Amino acid sequence: MDYPAKPVADLLVELGFSHVVWLPDSALGPWEAELDRPGTLELVRVCREGEAWALAAGLYLAGKRPLVMIQNTGLFESGDALRNFLFDLKLPLVAVIGYRSALVPGNNDSACKFTEPMLKAWGLDYVVIRSPDELPQMREHLRVSLAAGRPGVVLVAEGRM
Amino acid sequence: MSNIMTTQSPTSRMPLVAALEVLLPLRGDRIVVTTMGAAREWPKLSTHPLDFHYIPSAMGAAPALGLGLALAKPQREVLVLNGDGAMLMNLGSLVTIVAAGASNLTLITLDNGIYEVTGGQQTAAAAAARHAWVDFAGMARAAGFARVARFERWEDWQRGAAALLADPGPRFVVLAVEPVGAAYHLEAPGPLSERLPKFQAALAQI
Repeated sequence: MDYPAKPVADLLVELGFSHVVWLPDSALGPWEAELDRPGTLELVRVCREGEAWALAAGLYLAGKRPLVMIQNTGLFESGDALRNFLFDLKLPLVAVIGYRSALVPGNNDSACKFTEPMLKAWGLDYVVIRSPDELPQMREHLRVSLAAGRPGVVLVAEGRM
Repeated sequence: MSNIMTTQSPTSRMPLVAALEVLLPLRGDRIVVTTMGAAREWPKLSTHPLDFHYIPSAMGAAPALGLGLALAKPQREVLVLNGDGAMLMNLGSLVTIVAAGASNLTLITLDNGIYEVTGGQQTAAAAAARHAWVDFAGMARAAGFARVARFERWEDWQRGAAALLADPGPRFVVLAVEPVGAAYHLEAPGPLSERLPKFQAALAQI
């Protein structure tokens, strides 16, 4: 599934995001050029997903509006940082997370299997988008999360394992 | 080209508090993020509104937290006081900092070779475990930090700190410090629910 880059970047700009802190996967990766377009968003590249939550926290505390953008495998990796910044520091950070294998019927991908149970365990409010037609749901979920001042996650379903 | 591993262990170490005291007259209006041992001692030395004692923490996350602050406030210097065990947990952050182009960031690693918070066990990098010292400064240099230095003697650190902090960043400094030992006790300097809003309010004034 290819999600078009420009509508995604446009909706993030429209929502007032200042920075995208990311470690991309194959579904999010094609968005790089649009997310890095001068004069709109600032794209910050991290080496490991735990850094993304911490870096976004620093940006948020200093008055910016960051978005974390990682793969679901990185969600698992970054659990301690997520725990600390969302639950100890209580920061309302939001994320767009690639949902590996979610469009593959009957897949055996453990990353896919545990993603939603993990988000439920954290108590994180999330939506899943499964096609480019559902990008308005991404916009709405991020908008509502920002307006409510609470963490929120958009899972972007992918076909690759 | 420097080797990442060096067989030279520190010939001298400075007391942690003395190492931090060198920074007191130099911090100016810098944002200061402390974690691990520095978060225990710095609050006893400074009560600046732009101090943030990162407790409770996600161990290893302080450099990225400081980087976020530095990117959000590019006109203001940010100083992160990290531990060596915490640095080992997130060595990739050295690359992230350089890639982000944060010239207003200084990352200081206070290297005592042990996990003091859990009772003094050696880190994987410590001499007895590896029979050699991991060269944090060499790693930072290889990652592309603009200014890198390592100090073992307090006198050298005191003499060199001001010029180092005045150089273009990002800067990376290793300070070989003595373990605190049995006296170690890490306690948050007040509830986070009070400290964090105050820190945010101070940041908003910049």
